Amino acid sequence: MSAVPDMDAARTDAARSDAARPGPPLWLLLELTYRCPLHCAFCYNPADFARSGTELDTGEWIKVLREARALGAVQLGLSGGEPLARDDLETLVAEAHALGFYINLITSGVGLNEPRIRALKEAGLDHIQLSFQDSSRQMNDFLSSTRTFELKSKVAALIKKYEYPMVLNVVLHRLNIDHVQEILEMAHRMGADYVELANTQFYGWAWHNREQLMPSRAQVERAEEATRRFRERTDHAMRIFFVVPDYFERRPKPCMNGLGSIFLTVTPDGTALPCHAARMLPGLSFPNVKSSSLEHVWFESQAFNHFRGYEWMKEPCRSCPEKTRDFGGCRCQAYLLTGDAANADPVCDLSPHHHLVTEATARAEQAPAAAGQSHPSADAKPVEKPLIFRSPANSSNLFP
Amino acid sequence: MSELSGAERPGIGRGFRLQWEAAQNAFVLLYPEGMIKLNASAGEILKRCDGAATIDEITASLEQAFSTRGLKSDVLAFVAMAHEKHWVALQ
Repeated sequence: MSAVPDMDAARTDAARSDAARPGPPLWLLLELTYRCPLHCAFCYNPADFARSGTELDTGEWIKVLREARALGAVQLGLSGGEPLARDDLETLVAEAHALGFYINLITSGVGLNEPRIRALKEAGLDHIQLSFQDSSRQMNDFLSSTRTFELKSKVAALIKKYEYPMVLNVVLHRLNIDHVQEILEMAHRMGADYVELANTQFYGWAWHNREQLMPSRAQVERAEEATRRFRERTDHAMRIFFVVPDYFERRPKPCMNGLGSIFLTVTPDGTALPCHAARMLPGLSFPNVKSSSLEHVWFESQAFNHFRGYEWMKEPCRSCPEKTRDFGGCRCQAYLLTGDAANADPVCDLSPHHHLVTEATARAEQAPAAAGQSHPSADAKPVEKPLIFRSPANSSNLFP
Repeated sequence: MSELSGAERPGIGRGFRLQWEAAQNAFVLLYPEGMIKLNASAGEILKRCDGAATIDEITASLEQAFSTRGLKSDVLAFVAMAHEKHWVALQ
């Protein structure tokens, strides 16, 4: 899914009102289930998901939808895991539609047959974001550790047939980033309205596979150039979002527009988070929607208030004039790399820990060239250290 | 885009949804995974873009609602910009 929702106007508003009462949680992301038929090595789900509690039932999700809408939430992401694994998805979509949400289904496509896509349309689903792992069957199926390429291609045709706006999302990394041109051509053939080329962000499963997934700088530059050429050649017929890999930047991303600003995630067991990766952050006590109202979660809870404003910041952020623009970057990245979530995101070259990022990218320069050939091939898989694919078994192995 | 005529009939573009949001006290345009919060005049124009009314009719309706005159060039400029951004389609 898109980690950085496109909320330009909201962003400006939220930045202005930091000291006052926070604005509404405009973006509600419901991770309906951690069940997923795919096993992607770059999944942002927590690697310890096997320890998660029981999924909320239909009535509990409907309560979340109603409370969030009353607070002013308007963009709804239905994600997972694979949200189609829930057989009450159509019921939830119908309720969300009646409440006035704009509803985005973020899916692998597995389980999206024609009767279901028609029922979801009738229930009021607005848009489908379909993930592909690469442009060829061989690499798609290797990277997702499943045989799903043909199925996804059929789903893409159904999305067009039922006249949904179609976003194709491809997470880029070392093993597929050299196929950007082929990926864009595939998306164009399928009639996608938008394409997200989202470079891997290193959380969850991707964090555990960081060494194998990190592209080289030359790969990133070639991919950007291929994207630019494709846009020109097709006269911008598709909107293409190229999400730059932040490890190669010198300033951090304004992650979530600052925690507790516009974004609210609810995990399958009802835990409310200010960002889908935030459960890793120590010292925050995350409320559960089964025992807390969303109004309490958003306005009162410690977890949502802790990183609001600028008081929590350390130097160099605290006195930095750019703090109102990037909010110190990503708290999860600061925690993963430096051990302290209140530090500056080490992507920033003003951070005393910036070397942790440059060392990681330098290692990628030295690693054997991967997937450089124009015809994708599973030869690209690294040999030294195997990828850890997302699965309940691997989750239990990592976190016994 | 400067060729736009008052006889065109703009409607909300495919994939966009115009909606009043009380929590934001504004009209917003919703699209896949994104939202544009509209200022008051943009909202007033877009809510009249129903694919049936011409730009001239939209202008007249706005001039009547706000007891003013001479809005046509503003409306034309806004619709041209909105068309470029695919917020509206011309029927």
